[in-house]
Amino acid sequence: MIERKLGAATRDAYGKALVELGKENSQVVVLDADLSKSTRTEAFGEAYPDRFIDIGIQEANLVGIASGLASCGKIPFISSFACFLMCKGYEQIRMGVAFPKLNVKVVASHGGISVGEDGASQQSIEDFALALTLPNFTVIAPSDEFATKSLIKLAASHQGPVYVRTGRSKAPLVYNDKTAFQIGKGISLRSGKDVTLIANGLMVFEALEAAEILKQRGLDASVVDIHTLKPLDEVLLMGEARKTKAFVVAEEHLVFGGLGCAVSQLVSQNFPIPVEFVGINDTYAESGTPEELFQKYGLTIDHIVQAAKKAVSHKSR
Amino acid sequence: MPSRTETPNQVNEKIDWKKFEDIALHIRRDIIKMLGIAGSGHPGGSLSVTDILTLLYFHFLKHNPKDPKWSDRDRLIFSKGHGCPALYCALALSGYFEEKLLLTLRKLGSPLQGHPDMRKLSGIEASTGSLGQGLSIGIGCALAARFDKKSFLTYVIMSDGELNEGQTWEAAAFASFHKLSNLIVILDCNKFQLSGATKDILNMEPIVDKWRAFGWLVKEIDGHSHKEIYEAIEWARSSKSAPSMILAHTIKGKGVSFMENNNHFHGVAPTKDETARALKELGENEAEIQRILGMIH
Repeated sequence: MIERKLGAATRDAYGKALVELGKENSQVVVLDADLSKSTRTEAFGEAYPDRFIDIGIQEANLVGIASGLASCGKIPFISSFACFLMCKGYEQIRMGVAFPKLNVKVVASHGGISVGEDGASQQSIEDFALALTLPNFTVIAPSDEFATKSLIKLAASHQGPVYVRTGRSKAPLVYNDKTAFQIGKGISLRSGKDVTLIANGLMVFEALEAAEILKQRGLDASVVDIHTLKPLDEVLLMGEARKTKAFVVAEEHLVFGGLGCAVSQLVSQNFPIPVEFVGINDTYAESGTPEELFQKYGLTIDHIVQAAKKAVSHKSR
Repeated sequence: MPSRTETPNQVNEKIDWKKFEDIALHIRRDIIKMLGIAGSGHPGGSLSVTDILTLLYFHFLKHNPKDPKWSDRDRLIFSKGHGCPALYCALALSGYFEEKLLLTLRKLGSPLQGHPDMRKLSGIEASTGSLGQGLSIGIGCALAARFDKKSFLTYVIMSDGELNEGQTWEAAAFASFHKLSNLIVILDCNKFQLSGATKDILNMEPIVDKWRAFGWLVKEIDGHSHKEIYEAIEWARSSKSAPSMILAHTIKGKGVSFMENNNHFHGVAPTKDETARALKELGENEAEIQRILGMIH
């Protein structure tokens, strides 16, 4: 088995990256809606108090203010919990950021059910579906601290709206400080010939472990980290589709409207192959430890292994 | 509560009031022409905001139509996006684009969208049309000025209907708490919203008390008196302690007798016959009226 070594939570990596960005780019300003201790924007506020505003508990106003700041040339990073910022601020993001293509970076923490004990009201399981239906948006789900740091910096230099989800719990390390990232380019972590495991966020490491188990059972799996959901790395995915002819998409999100749907749309139009989905089914989760919730709501290594077998079995039909 | 900083009613004798009258009349004629030809749109709220825009674009705004992105320009956020025909006229007469473009309003491919699109038309500072968002965007501009130590002002034009929106009050609380004295709201209070009189749909009175309680400097004026608009904007610009709100009492459909206080014309364009009658009332010459009617099918 590969070694599971926990790194920082992606929200912690975001907080650190912001402080570095503050030094590198004087146009970067950071706004939060009373959750800066949890989203980790607090560190930026301490380092650059004159470029940080805690707006208060008002997500709609937060997004509108960011829109005005961006129209004047600032690069606002706005943060709150994903479910609050994307749901309460969605219409403002649509009108004030996506439609006018303004340079606002929406970085929302507490993505997925790994939020844990706080329960369903705090667990964002629909944020990618919402973000992906915003034209002009780039949508990113980093898997570990190294991915987060790089992708946040790339988001800052990218011209246009970006959504990045971060997580609350410590994330297993997939990368190191030498790994090079590019927005819109997936990362091929393992090359196999029987099935491709496509994942992002916390599910990337689970997919790597699932590939080890599949190998023991005679299936040679590719593993691909699609950290950018939009624009999708069509070249990488189509190459995998032609090679393995079976996909499993694993994501800490509802099975509706996220990476699974985006990947399925791509292959169904270009090279129809079986695709299986590992994600949260049509339900909200509940309080519990992240491990218990991943088990109960279908996000474990075993769920990926079973899905891979099913996808492979469908190839022969 | 912030201190009131009203200035005495001294009006500069050199102000060319006749120029404002002529421009406002020109804008009202253009609004009718645009909407008559477009066959859809919002006459009532365009005519009610005309005098306010006249004073802003032709006296107060620090802007340069030849350099629309000049970083020191004043910002005008037109939150009541549906009233954009009046804004488009003010922009055209200011020189942002040719006046003849006005007659393409709402046509496929035109930069003059049904509601303002900042990516399509020069001079538009924010894409609006979803009510209640402009004040937040204006706050962002005012904060940008503060971050960059720039002296430009941000004006936000809102409708009284927008006071229904919760976001308006999030923004109102924020702006006064942060003492954004470089932010000026002008409320085009025309007493109607889409489905009826504001007092019948969701009465927001007492409006003045609400804004004062939220920490704003407030002044009530007749929103069609150029002298009162002038004095009120001068007053608001002199604030050093808090954001200012000018509550401009206006008449929906102002300037066309059969449109005034007639909420049918909230979101219904004049017919060919109504276009002719309105233009006649506004003193347009017969040849021009016939030219416009020839463009209505």
